[in-house]
Amino acid sequence: MRMPAPIRLRELIRTIRTARTQAEEREMIQKECAAIRSSFREEDNTYRCRNVAKLLYMHMLGYPAHFGQLECLKLIASQKFTDKRIGYLGAMLLLDERQDVHLLMTNCIKNDLNHSTQYVQGLALCTLGCMGSSEMCRDLAGEVEKLLKTSNSYLRKKAALCAVHVIRKVPELMEMFLPATKNLLSEKNHGVLHTSVVLLTEMCERSPDMLSHFRKLVPQLVRILKNLIMSGYSPEHDVSGISDPFLQVRILRLLRILGKGDDDSSEAMNDILAQVATNTETSKNVGNAILYETVLTIMDIKSESGLRVLAINILGRFLLNNDKNIRYVALTSLLKTVQTDHNAVQRHRSTIVDCLKDLDVSIKRRAMELSFALVNGNNIRGMMKELLYFLDSCDPDFKADCASGIFLAAEKYAPSKRWHIDTIMRVLTTAGSYVRDDSVPNLIQLITNSVEMHAYTVQRLYKALLDDISQQPLVQVASWCIGEYGDLLVSGQCEEEEPIQVSEDEVLDVLEGLLVSNLSTPVTRGYSLTAIMKLSTRFSSLNRIKKVVSIYGSSIDVELQQRAVEYNALFKKYDHMRPALLERMPIMEKTATNGPSETVQTNGETDSTILDTKHLPSISQPASQANDLLDLLGGNDVVPIIQTTVPTKPASAGGELLDLLGDLSLTGGPTPTPASSVPMSQPPFLLDGLTSQPLFNDIAAVIPPMTAYNKNGLIIEFTFERSNPNPNIAVITIHATNSTEADMTEFVFQAAVPKTFQLQLLSPSSNVVPAFNQGSVTQVIRVLNPQKVRCYCEPRTHSASYRSRSSEISPFVLKHLQKSDECLSGAKLNIAKLKLRAASH
Amino acid sequence: MRFMLLFSRQGKLRLQKWYTATAERDKKKMVRELMQVVLARKPKMCSFLEWRDLKIVYKRYASLYFCCAVEEQDNELITLEVIHRFVELLDKYFGSVCELDIIFNFEKAYFILDEFLMGGEIQDTSKKSVLKAIEQADLLQEVLIYCYIDQVDL
Repeated sequence: MRMPAPIRLRELIRTIRTARTQAEEREMIQKECAAIRSSFREEDNTYRCRNVAKLLYMHMLGYPAHFGQLECLKLIASQKFTDKRIGYLGAMLLLDERQDVHLLMTNCIKNDLNHSTQYVQGLALCTLGCMGSSEMCRDLAGEVEKLLKTSNSYLRKKAALCAVHVIRKVPELMEMFLPATKNLLSEKNHGVLHTSVVLLTEMCERSPDMLSHFRKLVPQLVRILKNLIMSGYSPEHDVSGISDPFLQVRILRLLRILGKGDDDSSEAMNDILAQVATNTETSKNVGNAILYETVLTIMDIKSESGLRVLAINILGRFLLNNDKNIRYVALTSLLKTVQTDHNAVQRHRSTIVDCLKDLDVSIKRRAMELSFALVNGNNIRGMMKELLYFLDSCDPDFKADCASGIFLAAEKYAPSKRWHIDTIMRVLTTAGSYVRDDSVPNLIQLITNSVEMHAYTVQRLYKALLDDISQQPLVQVASWCIGEYGDLLVSGQCEEEEPIQVSEDEVLDVLEGLLVSNLSTPVTRGYSLTAIMKLSTRFSSLNRIKKVVSIYGSSIDVELQQRAVEYNALFKKYDHMRPALLERMPIMEKTATNGPSETVQTNGETDSTILDTKHLPSISQPASQANDLLDLLGGNDVVPIIQTTVPTKPASAGGELLDLLGDLSLTGGPTPTPASSVPMSQPPFLLDGLTSQPLFNDIAAVIPPMTAYNKNGLIIEFTFERSNPNPNIAVITIHATNSTEADMTEFVFQAAVPKTFQLQLLSPSSNVVPAFNQGSVTQVIRVLNPQKVRCYCEPRTHSASYRSRSSEISPFVLKHLQKSDECLSGAKLNIAKLKLRAASH
Repeated sequence: MRFMLLFSRQGKLRLQKWYTATAERDKKKMVRELMQVVLARKPKMCSFLEWRDLKIVYKRYASLYFCCAVEEQDNELITLEVIHRFVELLDKYFGSVCELDIIFNFEKAYFILDEFLMGGEIQDTSKKSVLKAIEQADLLQEVLIYCYIDQVDL
């Protein structure tokens, strides 16, 4: 009995489209697939083609069709043209080089490349040229090369593109196509010409040798291009009055590659480029496409300046085009050239700035980037007006980038401090919630350093707070400023504008309001509590402040609680220290990663880790580390260390770097303390509150070397010197020698310092202290003691096997680093700890 | 060109041509994502966008979106012309082409595309030439069906 013929393709499509639900469709598909599968199983040659076609349709709908892969191969192998057509299509859709099955095609393709019918040859070339794997390409490259030399232009053009694919897959095969390229450009057939240019482009892009070899084609290419432009109307290749724009664009692109970096070639194409640039019709997209390619070429080769200006002007005209696509490519191109042709691009600044108001997101973004690139000292005021306006009205996605860009530009080119601060204020008030976290410390530093603007700044910030407390960065900066300069605020000292009348209570009301508001983040609350505390030395309402501080001593928020407790302690036990601790911050020097800044100070040591703009560290981290370590060591009687109050924190916790600025000396003397950042590069320090002998002041500026440790054959010596750029830093070099018989491996020197200190341990010369004093391990430690605090140290040795205090500790001390009158009594602090893990112990 | 997609306003795929080797799963994912992105675009927006690390050029013709992913160095404006040329070819072949033509004759749409582009590049810049080749191939198919009993049409 004859099986009914499988349903036709169009029939199936019609049926499937009647399905009203996904489930219904799935059912139909499954039914048909089952029928197709059984048909395949029966090796039905007649209807294989139809079945595979149906399978391809279902595959496009998203259903699996892998069981048809082999069937495609059978179709390809068939002699029937319809079979081959569908078979090759199926191969291209269902197979790829990841499946081993595809290699089975190779032989068929080889045969078909030599078929008597050019359309079959075409199918084979197309399939190979679209999806041929490297192995297939290797096997069949010879056939392709043969066809590249044929006189049949139908095949020749396809062979050229197939060769492109072969070269992409197997670059080493490029050489073998070289002879065949000899006469490619002499062809009249545009198809062959176009694909040949593509092939030459591919070869030149991949091989500098090929590039030099093909440079000689420049005159010929120029001629072909010229003919295209000058020739009359050719209906076959005409697009809106332009003759074969596709070929023109490809030639221009090849010229770009050939002319790049080569004077002679660039010279040879100068005229034609100028001609294309001036003669091309610009009313339609196609003309502009050619102009666009021309501009790209002019900018890339060694063109003379007149030509470059011409190119930029074309881009400028593009910017005024109604077609937004044209505006888009103009902005993209200008962005690429703004560095090299800055002045030329500047002339179009106003048009670019107008594009900020465009409706299209991509255009706006590019216009914004370009605007920032064009800002300079001359146009900063005008540009900033536009950019601030843009910031007001742009999408939230843009605001962060725009705000950052504005800050950067303002920093570089601000015409006056007042202007700078006004600009910052504007950004904070309009886009305050979008500014990046690191802006807050940057701005604080900027404000601190603008000494004459303090009163003005705090007044403006205060007024801003009255309006709106929802934008956290603004609130944080404002609280910080009020804490610092609140005295200026209440005394009404502002010079720049009309001073406002505000009382201490009103200020405290505002700050306390921040503490209780739901809008304030924990970080903000921290800022505001610290600000209130600082005002205790600037205002007279001491009782009120004390009350607030004590209330927060039992806050649920751990951060706030800790601060409040410490501030309380300040009031109660260390009131004499309070004025000094809460004094005005000195001018900070910037260690910037944010663009160039004239006052970048390096530390001398270049192996410092990244100097962050997060100047102000989170304080809690070292404290908790210390607590952990205390537990480890079995507890100690550590006197609570009075932290120098670091009133600000960055919005993000950048705790790893204990930046100097946070713990700077608060002497606030006439000379600004140089802010050399001394990042801690070591893991948790061991803090130990052991008592030990105090050392007397060392009045000498130079501290003589000393033996710090001498036990069990291990001797450690310290030598001291002052750091050159910053005399507050002492540089200690330790030398460790080992007189025992065994090497001491895993030697690690650790040191712990009180929080008022900054310590930096540089890498040791080695971890192994050789036996018999055959060598030494050296390590450099830099210590900053800004408070000129007396410091006591004790070494400890640790063996892997026991962790208890050794009673045989030979004390040593780190001497005073500076002459000091203000020793903190009772501040038992520092111990330098030696941790020795000897393999031999 | 990395790939070309044709899809309807409802997010139905009508044609997909990939010029780089990509896993099936990745293809599906990319198609889904890209369709979403393009369909979300408003009419006034420009025809170019950045998606992942690719440049996307798309144009809408009636109910169909033609969407190409091109390389960094490719000229977006000429890509629009390439898309337009393809639409013209379809239009000439089917006679005022509409989406239904492409749905019911998808394999023919592929044949036309494969005669126009190879590996993402134009094979022939002459409309006439491409259409002639398709015509001849179709004729070959017809003739052979006529001549041989065991050849059937789809």
